[in-house]
Amino acid sequence: MKFIRIAGLYIFIASVVVFSATVFMGTYTLSEASIKGSFGGKDVRVTETFAAVAKENGVLDKTYNSQFTFMNDVVGLFHKHNKRVSEAVAEETGISTSETDKIIVAASKSGKVAYTKEVLQSVLPEAKVKMLDGATNWMYSPGKTYDSVDAFKNDLTNKINEINRSQAGNYLLYDNKYSRFDITERAATGIISDNKVLFLFLTFGLGIIGSLMFIIAGLFLKPIPGIKNNGIYLNNATNRGWVGIAAFGFLVAFYVLLYFHPYIIANWTNIVDPLKGFFIEGASASQWFLYGILYCVSMIVMGIRMFIKYRHNQYQVVRTASVLFFQIIFAFLLVEILPLFDLPGVDLKNAWPLDYNFLTDWNVKNYLAAGHLGKFMFFWGIILSIIIVPTLVYFYGKRWYCSWVCGCGGLAETLGDPYRQLSDKRLIAWRIERWTIYPTLIFAIIMTVVVGYNTYNIINDPANIGNSTFLGINAYKINEWYGFLIGSIFAGVIGTGFYPILGNRSWCRFGCPLAAYMGIVQRFKSRFRITTNGGQCISCGNCSTYCEQGIDVRSYAQKGQNIVRSSCVGCGICSAVCPRGVLKLENGPDDGATRHEIPEVILGNDVNLFEMLEENK
Amino acid sequence: MEHIVIIGNGISGVTAARHIRKLSDKRITIISAETEYFFSRTALMYVYMGHMKIEHTQPYENWFWRKNRIELKKGFVKQVKDASKELVFASGETMKYDKLIIATGSKPNKFGWPGQDLDGVMGMYHKQDLENLEKYAPNNKVCKRAVIVGGGLIGIELAEMLQSRDIPVTFLVRETSFWNGVLPAGESAMINEHIKEHHIDLRLGVNLQEIKADEHGKVKSIIIKETGEEIECTVVGLTAGVSPNIDFLKDSNIELGRGVKVNRRLETNVKDIYAIGDCAEQHEAIGNRRPIEAVWYTGRMMGETLAQTICGNPRDYNPGHWFNSAKFLDIEYQTYGWVFGERGRPAYEQHFHWKHPDKHICITVAFHKETKEFLGINTFGIRMRHHAFDKWLNEKRSVEYVLEHLADANFDPEFYKLHEKTIVAQFNQENNTNIQLKKKSWKRIFSY
Ligand SMILES: Cc1cc2nc3c(=O)[nH]c(=O)nc-3n(C[C@H](O)[C@H](O)[C@H](O)COP(=O)(O)OP(=O)(O)OC[C@H]3O[C@@H](n4cnc5c(N)ncnc54)[C@H](O)[C@@H]3O)c2cc1C
Ligand code: SF4
Ligand code: SF4
Repeated sequence: MKFIRIAGLYIFIASVVVFSATVFMGTYTLSEASIKGSFGGKDVRVTETFAAVAKENGVLDKTYNSQFTFMNDVVGLFHKHNKRVSEAVAEETGISTSETDKIIVAASKSGKVAYTKEVLQSVLPEAKVKMLDGATNWMYSPGKTYDSVDAFKNDLTNKINEINRSQAGNYLLYDNKYSRFDITERAATGIISDNKVLFLFLTFGLGIIGSLMFIIAGLFLKPIPGIKNNGIYLNNATNRGWVGIAAFGFLVAFYVLLYFHPYIIANWTNIVDPLKGFFIEGASASQWFLYGILYCVSMIVMGIRMFIKYRHNQYQVVRTASVLFFQIIFAFLLVEILPLFDLPGVDLKNAWPLDYNFLTDWNVKNYLAAGHLGKFMFFWGIILSIIIVPTLVYFYGKRWYCSWVCGCGGLAETLGDPYRQLSDKRLIAWRIERWTIYPTLIFAIIMTVVVGYNTYNIINDPANIGNSTFLGINAYKINEWYGFLIGSIFAGVIGTGFYPILGNRSWCRFGCPLAAYMGIVQRFKSRFRITTNGGQCISCGNCSTYCEQGIDVRSYAQKGQNIVRSSCVGCGICSAVCPRGVLKLENGPDDGATRHEIPEVILGNDVNLFEMLEENK
Repeated sequence: MEHIVIIGNGISGVTAARHIRKLSDKRITIISAETEYFFSRTALMYVYMGHMKIEHTQPYENWFWRKNRIELKKGFVKQVKDASKELVFASGETMKYDKLIIATGSKPNKFGWPGQDLDGVMGMYHKQDLENLEKYAPNNKVCKRAVIVGGGLIGIELAEMLQSRDIPVTFLVRETSFWNGVLPAGESAMINEHIKEHHIDLRLGVNLQEIKADEHGKVKSIIIKETGEEIECTVVGLTAGVSPNIDFLKDSNIELGRGVKVNRRLETNVKDIYAIGDCAEQHEAIGNRRPIEAVWYTGRMMGETLAQTICGNPRDYNPGHWFNSAKFLDIEYQTYGWVFGERGRPAYEQHFHWKHPDKHICITVAFHKETKEFLGINTFGIRMRHHAFDKWLNEKRSVEYVLEHLADANFDPEFYKLHEKTIVAQFNQENNTNIQLKKKSWKRIFSY
């Protein structure tokens, strides 16, 4: 068994090495076919022009050994492509350079400017006259005079460029993380693209096999159930030692690449293409599909570890099964399957404000475009956030979401479980927590109001597009900033990347606006509390150490006080690790005192008992 | 300002200090030779096992003491000059006090075994013992085998500690079954089984003859008295109980027995000197309690009580109903009221014992043969609500009443399988009763 365990560890490490190595493997070749694949949704003009530009610049069918040199050249192509397309479009439906020149010549008489509709009519076909006149008639309006031809030329070319750009809009390619990814992913050639299934096995397959060997062998090595936190603080992986730091580096790098430079990890998405194929034949996986697969795989494997580790604790078993269920069915499968039925591919359990895009125009349009069911789903999202969430928090505490349903929580409770002890228990951390989580909630609310108002305007009257400012804030800008700062950096890079440093719930504790919202309900109006068992606490500190939310549980338990804290996610681990059976997560009637009271004397020391009994006689 | 000096920064001394601070503005100093800051002795094992670091065992952050104006002094008190109200430290320093609280805890028992002071022989009480253990038993390469002498709560903790690093353990227990001085037979047998299941070499009914040294003065082996068997080992843990740590008081005027003799007010025979916690010995035992109670809870309660007395509300130390808890490897144990083992069991005490057919779960309920009054309960593998039993004991409820309301007392985490039904059914069958288990009621629970 020992051998199997060690072998499993090596197999797992090998899979991580292969996985990392695949980033640097394979080649990249831009071909006509790959371009069609990348821009399949766009007009043929795009693919054709891009291919032509690529060919002229010697990039087409050239094989690159690294995605970086490849991207260097491709970025240049974007620029050239756009120029080419704009010119061509201007020629056809816009105003070309030669036409512009003609207008200027016709409009300038011996150094003076005499611009009129007739000037346009003299050089342009009727359709173009109409278009340009509409945009420039202010230039010959009464009171408008040009002192120099140059000033006129300047105004005119600006307007013409604007027109041309909007005409060419559909054919332009923007250099951003999405287009970079789309191109690179399809252009990947060589060993990985030719052997996707093999690499799927060498990375995901071996990773799963190795870690399961490691985990399941542990069951046979320590066959008697019970809390076994042995060696956690003696182990480099879990005490912020070098293995932990390495894992931290890996996770942070992963999130940075995933969120900001997905083209670099295009090979990883190619590796999971065969899995995407189960949903749509021949489809190519996006970075989000890759993320979903990794998420589910990590949760399942580490969920099995949870089942084994806490097999004596029914609460942990049921709770882990629940988060796995919601992750696999709701956050993953349904998101893949719903679009097959022309419904929005949304995670139906993802409640606002955790789902910060809920009220964006594109999201709402998505719902409304999908018929009755789509509308119902939109309605469900609203009900979920404003009725179901607080009601269930009232009855069961926020744990029903954080520890039973949520995806972030689910990952934290499975993949993150080995790191839970690293959360900071100091009072100062609690102070900081309140200074970060509530402002994040406020940020989320303001963002949502601005975005929601904009969406309402647009849906009411599509002509309002373009006027997207409310309270002096631009809806798209604030949404983008929120997504960048909170959605990507805080929830992803810090929230998960920092598991091995800050513990497994730093996002849930310091950032999550939904947690903040539910926390307020839990603190002031809920039946949930962790009951302290009279005087039984021996102040050992296991509960505080293993509280992933950094709650100093012991400070309550040793006073005989119930734990009623907005941040408690009800994971139940404090109760599980307590060697004296002091803590119980309970939902009971909330009549104030029974939840919040601090006893004068801890049970067991009846200072007044004898007097009291005397009196009663 | 009156200066209260407390020797010992364990639970009893610290509790006294905290409560004195709550009630008054007196100057408070806590002295300890062991550590600068208070830590939880009960958690020492988890540090060696890697569950925690020593800082996690400290119930208060380091700023707490200054904020609450509790002065901390590290040093060993070698003498108490009660006539001049002065302490003398090992370093030669002195300190004046107005009132002195002795809360110096315990030290491990040593019964004069040959070799008991060799390198590699240690108790498991102080932080220094932990450091010693780390030195002599860092892993199973350095420590090929450890022998533990004495089958109490600390002994089994030490066994669990060593086992967490895969160090083979031989466990010498004088009694014929583990802790059967306290536990009824069925429970004690279950623990024996559980110890063996963990591959701990449990030897029952044996005593230590001597500890043998190698040429460097280090432990080499031990000899068992009864059989003469020699067991090779690197480490010997002495866990045959503890006794009050009061040697430094020998030449003072304070009356000493096994511990510092105190009355119900926790006063010694010398005015303005008090003793609490493990080191205090009551002139007369309180109820079924022992004169020296070396447990966490009683130390805390004495601290709470004495703070009242010192701050002008004189009070007797008046502990309520006995309760305790422990963990035997993976089996949690709680007790409320009195359940006696074979030894010292009163004739009127009758037991009802229920055990899960295949899990390490059982309970023993003690009640009065004639009056059927509920006397106490031991639970293993089931958590029970302290408040419920405390109230039932106060109200002198009958065993039938307790069983009828047993569901109220369950304190296991949610979704655990409940055993009250089978427990009550078995009781009914054995006693020809017809107790109907009541459903758990929040209303009653809040009234407990
Ligand atoms: C390993 C272990 C596990 C335990 N588990 C449990 C349990 O689960 N439940 C339970 O109820 N009890 C348990 N106990 C018992 C419990 O820890 C003690 O009863 C309790 O700690 C006693 O507290 P105290 O304040 O009286 O003394 P202590 O905690 O012993 O503190 C006394 C302090 O005074 C210092 N001191 C002594 N003499 C001097 C001097 N002359 N000068 C300066 N300083 C001095 C000592 O170094 C020590 O730091 C356990 C004990 C041990 C060792
Ligand atoms: S207090 Fe307990 S249940 Fe709540 S988050 Fe902390 S460990 Fe989990
Ligand atoms: S784990 Fe249990 S005994 Fe230890 S400090 Fe927490 S509540 Fe108290």
